[in-house]
This record gives sequence, structure tokens and C-alpha cells, in this order.
Amino acid sequence: MYEKDGRQYFVVDGHTHFWDARPENRNRYGEGFIACFYDYHRNLSPEEYVWDKEKYDRYSEEDMIHDLFEIGYVDKAIMQPTYLKDFFPGGFNTTEQDAEMAANHPGKFIVNGSFDPRDAERGLDELRRLKETYGIRGVKLYTAEWKGDSRGWKLSDKEVEPYFELCQELGITNIHVHKGPTIWPLNRDAFDVADVDHAATAFPDLTFIVEHIGLPRLEDFCWIATQEPNVYGGLAVAMPFIHSRPRYFAQMIGELLYWIGEDRILFASDYALWQPKWLVEMFVDFQIPEDMQGELGTISEDQKAKVLGLNAAALYGIDVPENMRLAASTEEVAVASQPVSPA
Amino acid sequence: MTAVPDVLCALEGVRDPELDQSLVELGFVAGVQVERDAVVVRLRLPTYFCAPNFAFLMVADARAAVEDLPGVHRARIALEDHFTAEEINRAVDCGEGFVEAFPDHAAEELDELRTLFRRKALLARQGRVIDSLKATGVKDLAALRLSDVEGPDADRCRELRAALGLDARPEAPAFVAADGVPVGAADMPRFVRMTHLVSLSLEGNAGLCRGLLKTRYDLEGVAA
Repeated sequence: MYEKDGRQYFVVDGHTHFWDARPENRNRYGEGFIACFYDYHRNLSPEEYVWDKEKYDRYSEEDMIHDLFEIGYVDKAIMQPTYLKDFFPGGFNTTEQDAEMAANHPGKFIVNGSFDPRDAERGLDELRRLKETYGIRGVKLYTAEWKGDSRGWKLSDKEVEPYFELCQELGITNIHVHKGPTIWPLNRDAFDVADVDHAATAFPDLTFIVEHIGLPRLEDFCWIATQEPNVYGGLAVAMPFIHSRPRYFAQMIGELLYWIGEDRILFASDYALWQPKWLVEMFVDFQIPEDMQGELGTISEDQKAKVLGLNAAALYGIDVPENMRLAASTEEVAVASQPVSPA
Repeated sequence: MTAVPDVLCALEGVRDPELDQSLVELGFVAGVQVERDAVVVRLRLPTYFCAPNFAFLMVADARAAVEDLPGVHRARIALEDHFTAEEINRAVDCGEGFVEAFPDHAAEELDELRTLFRRKALLARQGRVIDSLKATGVKDLAALRLSDVEGPDADRCRELRAALGLDARPEAPAFVAADGVPVGAADMPRFVRMTHLVSLSLEGNAGLCRGLLKTRYDLEGVAA
């Protein structure tokens, strides 16, 4: 919970990791991967929040609890696994690692699972096991994940259908989608989110949370989200710009509010890429600069409360203390009625 | 003999196809070496994992641009610190295409990808042209012709339209959708909003790329 000017905000961190990128658990790709993460961390964090590389490779359980819950205002953190076993032989951040952390701190975490359609029948069994063992209500899918000779997959691949059907059957309704730099075939734009559109239309009972609000394809993401009511945007990676490039952040938030509305945007730190403490503080203090309000409008306290926690709480059935709920929820109607295709 | 500034000037015209900005301005040119009629250009990118398809286009376009210079017989482009540097450098050096560089992972060449991003670039540039027109009080955007707009963004619009096979004559409408269809007065407000969104996306990505490059290579000279 974060309190400012007499108002209390319920905070759900929609995207957190507990990773192991130590040298003994990585090959040259893993080394490149964590170096890239570290550059994101160094480039976009306020100086006092920058860690040394060794800590960044593998922070402790105590660090995470401290940064999220003791000083970071987080009421509930959603752990998103990212296996990447072709880069990190023991797994970068598996459901098992997350579940162990969650078990040690009851009530703090929501553990999500993952699946990979290239695992075929075996993967379906594994998804059932994750549901039975951890009671997962969501999955994180990383379409750029390598697997042997494969460089990735799409949500529109035929092989994915039985997985989404099983998700529906098991009540795994929150599908977090993360795009990366590779895909099959490699000649296509790997960051394209058109496959999310396909899946969201085919599976209207599932909610698709596009991580990083589709960055670097914000325009494609906004375009599909105007058309598909079950497509949401996660603010991981977008949030830290609030510090380094506040006008860019203002434009992004203004566009999101215009194109998809305040009910489908979720706060996330992407810990340990960044830490929730400064992100929450700056977000509550944030306003769209006056000279941009003509086109972008403003953001209200209620809208911030929704983004910081209430929207995610609704998706995951998290109980929010009475005083932090909104007086009366209003039905949002998407502004966009006559979309113009981005390209 | 060709000099380093000539090579840099040629590279100035090579763009990151994803961002529609010059490789030189982005800081992607790490070094140029000229030895008689042979040139070596070192390229670097903001991350180890930048998408291989765009990286390939930049390396191939850089080679073509430098070899277009009079007095250059041979240009070798060396992409550095990238997970597919070896595959890309080898293929471009042999004059091979993307499919030959990645026989197991690519299904086609990159023409479609390039076209898609030219369309995005066209929308983004039109957004910037519209901003400068609005600042001078122009109201009826749908009535304008290409000959009515000027400046670097308008020039780039003309180039992109020509490259996309769209009408780029002076009498053609100034503002067109990504597929070349002129934008009418009724659709203009939504169109303007979309061009701003695409422009935000491209410029935002370019800003992130500059920042990451600066962090990765500990640079001061590249504007973030």
C-alpha cells in the first residue's frame, strides 16, 4: 500500500522475477541476455537504485522481499516465469523457483506458470501439473524462446490451440504475452503482436495481457487492443521512462488512455530490472505536462489507482481493502470506434 | 582516393529500417578504415540480441552504399558484439541473401519487412509534417498537395512514397494512409492521432536504442 496526500493506493506488481543468471548457470547467449538486461537496468534506473553486476546476476530472497514489500509498497506481486533453458541450463526463472519463494512468504505472491506449444502432448500434461501443484491462474508466454533448432513461435500457430483450450478448461485465464527479438520465420517482425489479435478473437474467455504494452510496437498493440476487449497492456519496461524520459512516458500513458482506456492497463516493475519503490512514488506524483494536455488530457487519481492495483486485482480475484476500492466502478467504453490501421 | 569522411557521408544515407534514422546519427558506426580501394566499416548495435533481420538489412545496405562510392572496389562490413554477427557478416560479404544466412530459420528475403517499416515510417513522418503545419495555423489538411509541404520530413515522405510505389508527384494529395489511399477530411482527426502514435513509437524506440548503446559502450557523444 502506498499513501500520498491522504489517499491509499493498493499496489499489485504485475510482473516480477526471481532469476538465476550466475556465470555457472549460463552459456554465451545467457551471458548476452543478462548483459542486455543489465544495460536496461543501468540505463533507466535512478543512480541510487543501480546494483553491481554480481548482485544483478543473482539477488537474494531477502533482497526481493525487502525491495517489493518492505520498502516497495507492493501488496501482491505476480511472479512471471521465464525458463530460457537454452541460455540458462538450470532455467533463468522457473515456476519451481518462484513457487519456493512464494511458499516461504504466504499471501505475498501469485505464482504464474508457462507453457511452450513445441512440447506437444507432454507440455499439456505439464500444464495440468502446474495447475494441480501451484493452482496457477495465469501463464507467461515468451514467444522468442529458443528450443533446440527453433527460434520461436506464434500465438496463432495451430499447435497452440489445445493449450488455450486447456487453459480455459482449467481456469487459467490470464495469458501474459511477451515478445522478443526472434521468431519463426526469422524474416518476419518478431515483435509483431498480430498473433495476439488472432488468439484473443478465438478465445474470448481468456484475457491476454501484452507485456511491455507491445513495445517496441506500441502502435500495433493499441490497434489490436481497441478491437479486442480481452486484450490488456502490462507496463513492465514502459514504467521506468517516467524517470529518464518523462515526456515520452506521458505520451505513452496519454495514448494508452485514449486508445484502450483506464481499465486495461496494469502496473509492473519487472523486478529486478527495476524496483517498485521509485516507480510507485513517481507514478502517483505524475501528471501529463500542461503543454501536452491539449491532445493527451490528464490522468486522475482514480485512474492511477486502477493502474497501480485495482485492474490486476480484478483479473486475479485479489481482495482489496474497502478503503482502497473506488466508490462506484463505471463502465468504460473504448474511445475508438473507427480504427485506422497503423500500417 | 576515397577518404573516411566520404565513407561516413555514404553511411549517413543508410538507415536503420526499423527506426528510419541514419546509422551514423544513431551511433551505430563504430569505425571506418580505408586502405586504397578497400574499406572496412565496423558496426555496433544497442544490444547483443537486436533483431537479426533488421541487423542484416543494415549490414547489407551499408555495404551497397559504400561500394557505390567512386574509387571503392570492395567494402567489408563487420557487425560486432551480436549473437548472429558471424552469420550476417559472412553472408553479406559473399553477396548472399537473408535466407542463405539463416537457411534453417528464414523462409523468405526481407522485402516484406522493409515495406512494412517504410509504411510505418511514412505515417510517422506525416505526423511530424502535420505538427509543423498546425503550428503555422493550417486547417484543411485534406486539401493539401505534396507540393504544398516542405522540409526534411516532407522530403522523406516523398522518398518513402516513391520507394513504396505510391504516388509521389507534386499534385498528389499530401496525406495518405499507409496503403497510399488519400485521407479525406472526415477521417483526418483519427489519421492524425494514428500518425502521432506511430511517430511516438518510432521515436521512443530510437531513444531507447540510443540510451542502451550509450550504456553498453560507455559513450558520451551519442545524444540520448
